[in-house]
Amino acid sequence: MTSDLRDKNQLARLEAVVLPHLDAAYNLARWLTGKDHDAEDVVQEAYLRASQFFDGFHGVDGRAWLLTIVRNTCYTWLKKNRPHEPTVSFDDEQHSGSREDTAPEGLLMQGEDCRLVRETLEELPPEFREVIVLRELEGMSYKEVATIIGVPVGTVMSRLARGRERLQQCLTKRLIKEP
Amino acid sequence: MTCQEIQPLLYGYGDGELDLVRNLEIERHLQECAGCSKALERHQALRTTLTDPSIYHPAPAHLRERVRLSLRRQGKSPATFRATRWVGIAASVAFFAILGGTLAWALSKRPAEEMLAQEVISDHVRSLMANHLVDVPSSNQHKVKPWFNGLVNFSPEVKNLESKGFPLVGGRLDYLNNRTVAALVYKRREHVINVFLWPSATAEDSAPHVMQRQTYHLIHWNNAGLAHWVISDLNEPELQEFVQLFRE
Repeated sequence: MTSDLRDKNQLARLEAVVLPHLDAAYNLARWLTGKDHDAEDVVQEAYLRASQFFDGFHGVDGRAWLLTIVRNTCYTWLKKNRPHEPTVSFDDEQHSGSREDTAPEGLLMQGEDCRLVRETLEELPPEFREVIVLRELEGMSYKEVATIIGVPVGTVMSRLARGRERLQQCLTKRLIKEP
Repeated sequence: MTCQEIQPLLYGYGDGELDLVRNLEIERHLQECAGCSKALERHQALRTTLTDPSIYHPAPAHLRERVRLSLRRQGKSPATFRATRWVGIAASVAFFAILGGTLAWALSKRPAEEMLAQEVISDHVRSLMANHLVDVPSSNQHKVKPWFNGLVNFSPEVKNLESKGFPLVGGRLDYLNNRTVAALVYKRREHVINVFLWPSATAEDSAPHVMQRQTYHLIHWNNAGLAHWVISDLNEPELQEFVQLFRE
């Protein structure tokens, strides 16, 4: 019976740490897998893993810890279920791309065109997409993002800058095309 | 600082993530540079767009319950969970040794089936303990069947056999064979019948196979891509009757 009580306490503590971040977990999984059903499966699996690793969690805020697990679960899942999709680690040096073009006058980004932004974000390579999701949608600091994806803060900063530039460039191109 | 030097730092500046010295330098530059100020405005506009609620995906309503149940099922730490199962197997080994080696024969013939049977027995026994029989208590199959949506990745066929003396008690999520499975609970007089269902690896249909282990009767078969395991301490003829009605 005492071991039952201990298990109940453990479960309550686990739930208190991980359940408040269910939206963040799902949002990240949804942006990485692209599908509702897949995101749900990944989230459930990530929570089970969190439960298994819970003994090793000594922090106060479980969000960064949980999202690290969610992210890893996503990529493991993607490698297994969508092997054709590229998830190779990104060489920041190599893909420095072209210099930023300042947008011509009249194409200043308005705040309204969310559909366009959403579509463009969906098509970004995962390395750019995930830092934008974690920073812009979850409001995490560069340091937190760096912890979650396991790179230096400087890398986070440059990936964010490049990701956002690509968002803006795609949008600029589309805005020109659309009537 | 020149525009070229400022440009890669502008996002970091807008995020408030730069150190004080660079912050001040950039601020000074922005006061004199329309181009960089314009760029910063674009950055802000993008940020604003990204805060639109249509871009964020909150968890669907049923996911919370699904995750909670899943955590509770694994609620005993995995080590404890496995230990319980092995204790169950050890107990039945002793029992059958007394019966003169029957288990040795059974294990050597169909080990996978035997392990699964022991798991089914464990789950059945655990379900009989207080407050653990059903997650959704209802004799209405139209309530029980949809309850499984989003909790398991298949749709179990649920029948109420009350008119034949096997009323439906409800449904429960359980854990067997390393996966979440659906459990349908029926009663015959005071005997509880558990029906476990899950998608089966071998898709081939098979005829019901009857087993007797300890004080339980187990009947299992595959049909339409689902594995079915029925267990009860009800006598064999009546349990066979139940299975026949269930399979119709």
